[in-house]
Amino acid sequence: MLPEELNELQAKRAEDPEKVAAEEGDGVLGRRNRRVEGLRKSTGKELYTDDLSFPGMLHCRILRSTEAHARILSIDTSKAEALDGVHDVLTGRDMPIPYGIIPWTRDEHALALEKVRFIGDAVASVAAVDEDTAIRALDLIEVEYEPLPVHLDPEETLADDSNPIHEPHKPGRNGNVTKHVHLEFEDVDGKMAAAAEVVEGEYYFHGTAHAPIEPHCAIGRVEQNGVLTVHSSTQVPHYLQRELARVLELDVARIRVVQPAVGGAFGGKSEPFDLEFCVALHALRTGRPVKCLYTREEEFYSHRGRHPMIMRYRLGASRDGKLLALDANTVLDGGAYASFGLVTTYYSGQLLTAPYGMESYRFDSTRVYTNKAPCGPKRGHGAVQPRFAFEITVDKMAEALELDPFEIRRRNFLGTGKTVNEFTVKSNGFLRCLESVEKASGWREKFRRMPYGRGIGLAGSSYISGTNYPIYPNPMPQAAVQVQVERSGRVTVLHGASEIGQGSDTTMACIAAEELGVPLDYVRVVSADTDLVPVDLGAYSSRETLMVGNACLSACRQLGDTVKQAVAAGWEVDPGRVRLRRGWAVDTGDPERHMPIAEAFQAAEAEHGTLGSVGHYNTPKDTHGDYRGGTIGASPAYSSTAHVAEVEVDPDTGFVEVKTIWVAHDCGHALNPTLVEGQIEGSAYMGFAEAILEEQTFKDSGHGKAGLHDAPSLLDYRIPTSLDCPDFVALIVEENDPEGPYGAKEAGEGPLHPSLPAIANAIYDAVGVRMDRLPFTPPRVWRAIREKRAAEMGEAEVA
Amino acid sequence: MKDILTLNVNGDEVEVGVPTHWTLLETLRYGLGLTGSKQGCDKGDCGACTVLVDGEAHLSCIMPVYEAVGHEVTTVEGIADGPRPHPLQDAFDLCGAAQCGFCTPGILASAYGLLSHTLEPSRGEIQEALSGNLCRCTGYTKILDAVELAARALRENRPADEVLEELRETADAT
Repeated sequence: MLPEELNELQAKRAEDPEKVAAEEGDGVLGRRNRRVEGLRKSTGKELYTDDLSFPGMLHCRILRSTEAHARILSIDTSKAEALDGVHDVLTGRDMPIPYGIIPWTRDEHALALEKVRFIGDAVASVAAVDEDTAIRALDLIEVEYEPLPVHLDPEETLADDSNPIHEPHKPGRNGNVTKHVHLEFEDVDGKMAAAAEVVEGEYYFHGTAHAPIEPHCAIGRVEQNGVLTVHSSTQVPHYLQRELARVLELDVARIRVVQPAVGGAFGGKSEPFDLEFCVALHALRTGRPVKCLYTREEEFYSHRGRHPMIMRYRLGASRDGKLLALDANTVLDGGAYASFGLVTTYYSGQLLTAPYGMESYRFDSTRVYTNKAPCGPKRGHGAVQPRFAFEITVDKMAEALELDPFEIRRRNFLGTGKTVNEFTVKSNGFLRCLESVEKASGWREKFRRMPYGRGIGLAGSSYISGTNYPIYPNPMPQAAVQVQVERSGRVTVLHGASEIGQGSDTTMACIAAEELGVPLDYVRVVSADTDLVPVDLGAYSSRETLMVGNACLSACRQLGDTVKQAVAAGWEVDPGRVRLRRGWAVDTGDPERHMPIAEAFQAAEAEHGTLGSVGHYNTPKDTHGDYRGGTIGASPAYSSTAHVAEVEVDPDTGFVEVKTIWVAHDCGHALNPTLVEGQIEGSAYMGFAEAILEEQTFKDSGHGKAGLHDAPSLLDYRIPTSLDCPDFVALIVEENDPEGPYGAKEAGEGPLHPSLPAIANAIYDAVGVRMDRLPFTPPRVWRAIREKRAAEMGEAEVA
Repeated sequence: MKDILTLNVNGDEVEVGVPTHWTLLETLRYGLGLTGSKQGCDKGDCGACTVLVDGEAHLSCIMPVYEAVGHEVTTVEGIADGPRPHPLQDAFDLCGAAQCGFCTPGILASAYGLLSHTLEPSRGEIQEALSGNLCRCTGYTKILDAVELAARALRENRPADEVLEELRETADAT
């Protein structure tokens, strides 16, 4: 078949070129396009890590500590090694180099070396012919522990460092402290003294788990050329590749990390885990592929979920509701290891200021180690807890000043410009978010007007679209994309972003289709394989649409220009007249002149040779204050969100039914509204779940073995079913940001934050009790209502 | 110890040699290579392993494989109409009901079971039918939308995308 005939077949399939030429606005973006991998998922063809197997594959299981805090006196693996079918046994001594996602706090070992620090800490690993044999082998490993005092309460642990969980990193320091941050912006004490009203409170966030439905899984294998390949359910292939190289002392160029489809992550797969090191070393030592799949119980022990926080807040405002001073004091319960904790400690203060302008702000945050499963980043990293405390405090302030909750927030709208802690906000759609939820929820008819037991509450928030600085300091681009185009019309986008369900592959495909004028199904996406794609830092801090999207846009525009020039030369017109759109190259000056897009690519390929380009994105470095820690929380663009929650509270049982949550989220330009709504609904769901149902708790010595997880299963750790959820109403607000691709900002994490305080504020509207401690379980709400009644009766008696 | 069993899976009679203590899920995934059904908890809590046994939704991770002998097992790989996705599968894609997609095969099995009883389920009936399947990404909204869409497409014997297009036009008009 001649090229012309193939081109003709394409042309028959494409839409009317003159109609396409006349279209306004986006061609592919802004539409409810299908996901590139959507049908793979709904037909069961998508392959996740545990769906892969390789010839001769061994199975690995990890022995975990039964002690919360203990010295390891001895480990005897001889019986396990002697068991038929066991190929390899590892202990801490086989991987003595510590690791950690944050380069300044590497305090973990793939397998515990001298001490265990929580029940569930990894102690030994077995690779065997099958899982059953590996499990039998674990039972044969004998570990002798010398128990140490167990630290569970963060404030007690802070006060007593006689048996520290970690050695202090400097002599004289408290080994139980991961990080202490104290920052003050403007004169808080002076402004507080001048305030007409001061509201104080102590708030408690309880700690929650990510609970992705896919447990962590990893496969290590060594190829004939000696390259170590690790397939893993990770959201950070690049960081995993680097940490594998460090711990195993291997040349990083000889390690390949492949991320298959990931069955949910939410921040819980954003750092290296013990299983990845274990399968890698087992594979190197045995020469066989080795797989490890966490059990659901291990999932809860490995954790890295949201930090419990004790938050003491004082807020001062003027008579007219202007926020003058905020003084925040926070203790973070970090669990046994640092994880992202250094960043979390900063985030617990730094991310609180936008979308508001406040005149002064001080925060003092201390992250404390405890002998529990380590905490880390969960969707909305470090900022969901302080937002809970702050938005309730604002609600209390509004009531004290007799202002409507919407009004006090409007009066403190930051707009664009610098926050009090000196981050530059270039777009801020918060007022539009407020307007949107106020109208949709029928707020004015409901607030303080519904019968006892029914209530409505408001909260707002802001979040980052990626961080301006990578986890390890370097001057290289934060994101890069390679694009190939060839004569059939096919476009291939090679990018490093981690598709974890949020839709990054689809977003990149849509950008490529938009820029290069091809139908969406001409675009192939190759992602998250360190051998095939440019470096990307991974799916965290809501960075992918903005950063990888910008890199993709840059690569596509270069190619698009090349194609337009080649077509224009043939038509002898100015390249500015050539438009690539939905299957066609069209002359906008004379729409009757057009050619199928493949023909346009052929013209460019004839002129320039094989077509490909790379694009990259680097973040602005001038949008933060010049103080220590000022870079942490600096982002190219900030989203904003407003929630209204409506609840019904049964005062006799304390049961809270959340009826509806209206969420307006400013994501800048919504590149695919269906994906954005999915992120909004999923975020609000996760916040709702944390408010009402979920709680990661551990037994103390009075209730069983200290440090033992209370509910390491999906039956006991109660994530909402379809019957538990309220209606989620997703409202998209598009306040474009100059830094985002087509103006786009994040949507994956920001819409979570206000769920919790909006529900708390709604409960107050319903039954008049302040729920400053999470979660709002029936006993807790019932008790609060009873105490309030008792207090009122007491007052009545006195009167 | 292994045993050779004959199973009826997605319309095929297949022989498979499996350890005697294996569940139906292990047999499907690791014995037959049908990896569409997922393991999320291995104790019947999450529903990712849900398959149809004689047309009814069952948790394959807690079903000993022996119990499936003599029954018709249908997995996510078996509900499509040849190369064409089943309207439920198409509706899930159209509505964005699968994000990470890990719970999707199990949810499709539960939804398929529901729609085989009624093509006019209420929203509440769909919630009830899917209440044994945990989804961690979506908040269920788009899943419920997708099942409603599929029910309507099946009822009217029209493609799901055509029905959805019409629904969106109506919504835009109002």
